[in-house]
Amino acid sequence: MQVAVLSGKGGTGKTFISVNLACVTENAVYVDCDVEEPNGHLFFKPEITEKQPVSVNVPEWNESKCTFCRKCVDFCRYNALAMIKEKLYVFNEVCHSCGGCMILCPQKAITEKPREIGVIETGKSGEVTVMTGCLNTGEVSGVPVIKALLEKLDGSSDTIIDCPPGSACVVMESIKKSDYCILVAEPTLFGVHNFQMVYELVKQFKKPYGAVLNKSIENDNPARKFCEDNKIPVFEEFPYNEQLAKLNSDGLIAVREYEAYAEKFRQLLSAVKEALS
Amino acid sequence: MKIAIPVEEKTLNTPVCVSFGRTPLFVIFDTENGEFEFIDNSAAASQGGAGIKAAQLLADKGAKAVVTFRCGENAAEVLNPAEIKLYKAISGTASENIEKFKAGELSLLNDIHPGFHNHGGKE
Repeated sequence: MQVAVLSGKGGTGKTFISVNLACVTENAVYVDCDVEEPNGHLFFKPEITEKQPVSVNVPEWNESKCTFCRKCVDFCRYNALAMIKEKLYVFNEVCHSCGGCMILCPQKAITEKPREIGVIETGKSGEVTVMTGCLNTGEVSGVPVIKALLEKLDGSSDTIIDCPPGSACVVMESIKKSDYCILVAEPTLFGVHNFQMVYELVKQFKKPYGAVLNKSIENDNPARKFCEDNKIPVFEEFPYNEQLAKLNSDGLIAVREYEAYAEKFRQLLSAVKEALS
Repeated sequence: MKIAIPVEEKTLNTPVCVSFGRTPLFVIFDTENGEFEFIDNSAAASQGGAGIKAAQLLADKGAKAVVTFRCGENAAEVLNPAEIKLYKAISGTASENIEKFKAGELSLLNDIHPGFHNHGGKE
């Protein structure tokens, strides 16, 4: 079972839900796909046992074979190549690794070489296997790191995917292989606006979904209203609570501190499992 | 000597465009015979790498100097090997800048910015 946790807006509680859910799931794998600023490890504090670099391919120019026809320069949609006075200039950070220049070159003067853009750190925290994708600062896209993360999963353990915020490519990549999507909602208009975007996204991907109302308030909760209006099943509700906020800011995992939270997260887990059965 | 200036409109009386890579047009002015032409900047609508492509365009046109308010580091990496010198534009029209250039009154542009990369840069 692979469950993705997403919310649209950042700061809604994706990591809170994913980390705690992974802790009550037997032999779970927690995967932090928020590769621009992964933070699940701040709670798990895993002992890192493996660091695997992630690379993308960029063009390498073989000057002796080049006839300076410039087909590669003219082809590149991303303007990653320039040719001045019979010398090719490659702008690696602009390159999207499509490989087109290499395919197109009549002289086979372009080959590919790997360029490291991030790393995957794997470690253990209690029973939970923690996998963290880290994108190097300044890189354009986290998609290759997320792809590499998901390729490492062999499907033998239940997996919780902590998605990046938003609803763009990196989120789509993160939920691609998921069996179920948990949508985390907070009671603000901004939160609901972005919640609607991920709601539409998971529908587009034809993924089964359910919501968790986080930092929930009794009256005038626009998140609850949105779920009611759209008949989105609400599996669990975490009322706004200073104790939880403090646990979070201390980097503690609620279910490891208080049995009451463990019970709530076990209920959430069974609700998801039931929805999938 | 051909000099290139990013401009918004096809006239010498238009102000210098604030953007280099995403200017809609360049005027290429030949200081030897006073001839000039306007060329479309095909890089203007690029998703990324606009400065690189615009610099390639000017190199291909044989420009030897660019008068601009600013220039990103990727564009500068293309302009340098093409031996195109960068001069800092003064506020005013393209023709005023051309006159200043001819009089040797424009200073070289030294502050190359690290690029905006789709995060603004328009003023």
